[in-house]
Amino acid sequence: MRSLDDKAHEAKDKKAAIGPDIDLNTYSLDSPQHAAVKDLKVMPGADKEKMAFAGLDISEEGRSGTYIQKDAISIHSGSHQDGLEIIPIKKALKEMDWLKEYYWKLASVDTDKYTARARLDLQNGYVIRALPGKKITLPAQACLYLEKEGFSQNVHNIIIAEEDSELHIISGCASASHVTRGLHVGISEFYVKKNAKLSFSMIHHWAEDVVVRPRSVGIVEKGGLFLSNYISMKPVKSVQMYPTIYLVGKGAVARSYSLLVGSPGSELDVGGRIYLKAKDTRAEIVSRAITNGGNIISRGDIVAEVPGVRGHLECHGLILNGGIMHAIPELKGMVDGVELSHEAAVGKIAQEEILYLMSRGLTEEEATATIVRGFLSVDIPDLPAPLQAEIDRAVDLSQKEVM
Amino acid sequence: MLLIEDLQVKLGNKKILRHVDLEILPGETHILFGPNGSGKTSLLMTIMGYPQYKVTGGKITFKGEDITHMTIDDRARLGIGMSYQRPPSIQGLKTRRIIEACSKNGVDINALAERMNFTDFLDRDINVGFSGGEIKRSELLQLMAQDADLALFDEPESGVDLENISLIGNTINTLLQRRPDEEPRKDAKQCETVNTPSPFKTVKKIVESRLKMGLIITHTGFILDYVTADKGLVLYNGVVAGKGHPLEIFKQIRKVGYKECARCAA
Repeated sequence: MRSLDDKAHEAKDKKAAIGPDIDLNTYSLDSPQHAAVKDLKVMPGADKEKMAFAGLDISEEGRSGTYIQKDAISIHSGSHQDGLEIIPIKKALKEMDWLKEYYWKLASVDTDKYTARARLDLQNGYVIRALPGKKITLPAQACLYLEKEGFSQNVHNIIIAEEDSELHIISGCASASHVTRGLHVGISEFYVKKNAKLSFSMIHHWAEDVVVRPRSVGIVEKGGLFLSNYISMKPVKSVQMYPTIYLVGKGAVARSYSLLVGSPGSELDVGGRIYLKAKDTRAEIVSRAITNGGNIISRGDIVAEVPGVRGHLECHGLILNGGIMHAIPELKGMVDGVELSHEAAVGKIAQEEILYLMSRGLTEEEATATIVRGFLSVDIPDLPAPLQAEIDRAVDLSQKEVM
Repeated sequence: MLLIEDLQVKLGNKKILRHVDLEILPGETHILFGPNGSGKTSLLMTIMGYPQYKVTGGKITFKGEDITHMTIDDRARLGIGMSYQRPPSIQGLKTRRIIEACSKNGVDINALAERMNFTDFLDRDINVGFSGGEIKRSELLQLMAQDADLALFDEPESGVDLENISLIGNTINTLLQRRPDEEPRKDAKQCETVNTPSPFKTVKKIVESRLKMGLIITHTGFILDYVTADKGLVLYNGVVAGKGHPLEIFKQIRKVGYKECARCAA
C-alpha cells in the first residue's frame, strides 16, 4: 500500500475541484522563530487588536484554554480546565500514540494540492479534546496568526469531543496589519462521539491579498451534536472551502451557519455539505451573505442516504454595492421517506424597510446599516449565549470596518 | 401646527390626492374618514414624506417650516411619527433595537413595553410573525419611544381583538395627552395661553396647554369609543369633502354612507 506521504507527493500539483487555482510556489515555507508567550497581555498591542477581531480574548476570562500560533510556531498552548486538552499537533503526534487513529482519518491527503501541502509541509496546528463525560462549558480559543509577508501557513487541527462530553471552540484566523499577502491552508478533522456536543466557531479576519484553503471533515456519532459556524467579513483575496460532515449515528445532528461579506476584489466560495447516514439524523445549513462588490458563491449540499432523516438548507444573499452572488443549494435524497428542503434568495434591501426606519428618525445610512446588521444576525440554536454574544460582537466590529 | 394647503399628490401616474386642505393646531386630534381607496393612507404617507408619493402641487407646513420636500428622516426628527397598518417585517432586527434607535434620551423601554404588554416581543424580530394586534402594539410602542409631536395613525384598531382595543385606545390618548372623557374643543384657536403659577392644573388647563397633535384614520370607527377627537374629516375621491364633529360625521356615514355624506358636507 502506498504511504500517505506517497499519495501526498502524487497530489502535489492536483488542482482543487472548485475555486481559483493558486501557485503554491510563490509562498514561502520558512517561518521566522517566534518566542513563546506565557502571559497573553504582554503581546504587542497591534497583534492583540487583530487577534481580538478574530474572537481571541486576551484576558482569557471566560475561556477554558488558549492556543496561539504565529506563522509556523506555536507560541502559547494551555488548558485551564480539568478534562480539556489543548496541545500543539506536532508535539501531540510525537507524544500521543493514539492520535494516529485520528490524524488523516477523515480528510484525505490527496484531495488536492492543499491537503498534500499540509501533509508534506506541516507547520503545526492544534489538538483540542474534551475527555469523556467532561462538560467544558466555557469556550476554548485558538488563533492562527499570519505575521510573515508572503508566508504559506499550513496547519492541521484535530478536535475531539469524547463520549458524553461538551466542547465549544472559537477558532480565529488573522493576519498582522503589515501583512498584505499570504496563504493559509488548514486541515481540520472533527470527531463528535456518542452523545457529545461540539460547537466550533471559526472567525476569519484576513488581509486583502491573502488566500485561504481550509479543508474540514467531521463525523458525528449516535446522539451527537455538531455546530459549525463560519464568519468572514473582512476583505480577503480568495477563500474556498466546502467542509463535509458525516452523521453516522442514530439521532446525530449537524448545523452549519455562515456569515459572509464579500468586499471588492474578494472571492468567497464557501459551502457546507452534510451526509445523513443514520436513522433520525438531522442537518441544517444556513448562510447569510452580503456582497459589497465581491464575488460570493454560497454552496450547500445535503445528502440523505437513509429513510426518516431531515435536512434544511437556507441561503440568503444581499447585493449591496455591485458584485456577484451565486447561491447553489443542492439536495439529494437517495431513498424513500426523507424530508429535505431549501430556501434561497438573492436580492437587495427592500426600500420599504429603509423608509420605515427613516420614519423613526434614522438617516438612510443608519437605516441601511441597521438592516444589514439584522440580516447578519442569526440566532444559532443550541449555541451557548456567550458564544452567540462573541459572534455578534465579531459581526458588530467587522460591520463597522467594512460597511 | 400642521398646515396643508391645496395638496396634490401622484402615486406613479395616478392622481390620488386632488385638493386637500387641512389644519391641525397644537393639541388637536383629527379623525380621518373615507372609503377604501379615497386616499387616506396616501395622505398620511405624504405627510410622513414617503418619496413615492409625489407632491405635484400645494404645500405642507409643520411647526412653521415648509416640509413639502423634506426627507422622511428629517420630518421624523422634526417631530412627525406614524403608526402603520402594515409595516414591513425585517428579519434579524430585534424589536428592542428599533425602539432603542427611535428613542429619545431617557425613555425607559422596558417600562414602556410592560405597559403595552409587549415585553415578550422585545427580543423578537420586528413584525416577523406578529398578529394584527401585536403589530399595532409594536407601532404604538415605537411612537411612544419616539415621543412624536404629530402622530399619524393608520387604522390603529384594525386586527385588534376586543381585549386589546381599550389598551390601544388608552395608549393613543396618552400619546396625544388626551383624556377619554373629553369633549371636542369648541375652537382651539381661541384658547388662551395658560400661564399659571400653580403646579396643579385643572383638567381644562391641561387640555389647553397640551401640544401633541394627532391624525387618525379609522374605517370602522371603533376607536372613537376610546379616543376623543376635536374634528372629523371625510376624504372622498382625493378631496376633503366634509369636516365636523367626529361623532356626528361617523353617525352620518353609518346612516347614509360615504357618498351621500361627502355630498351633504361639501
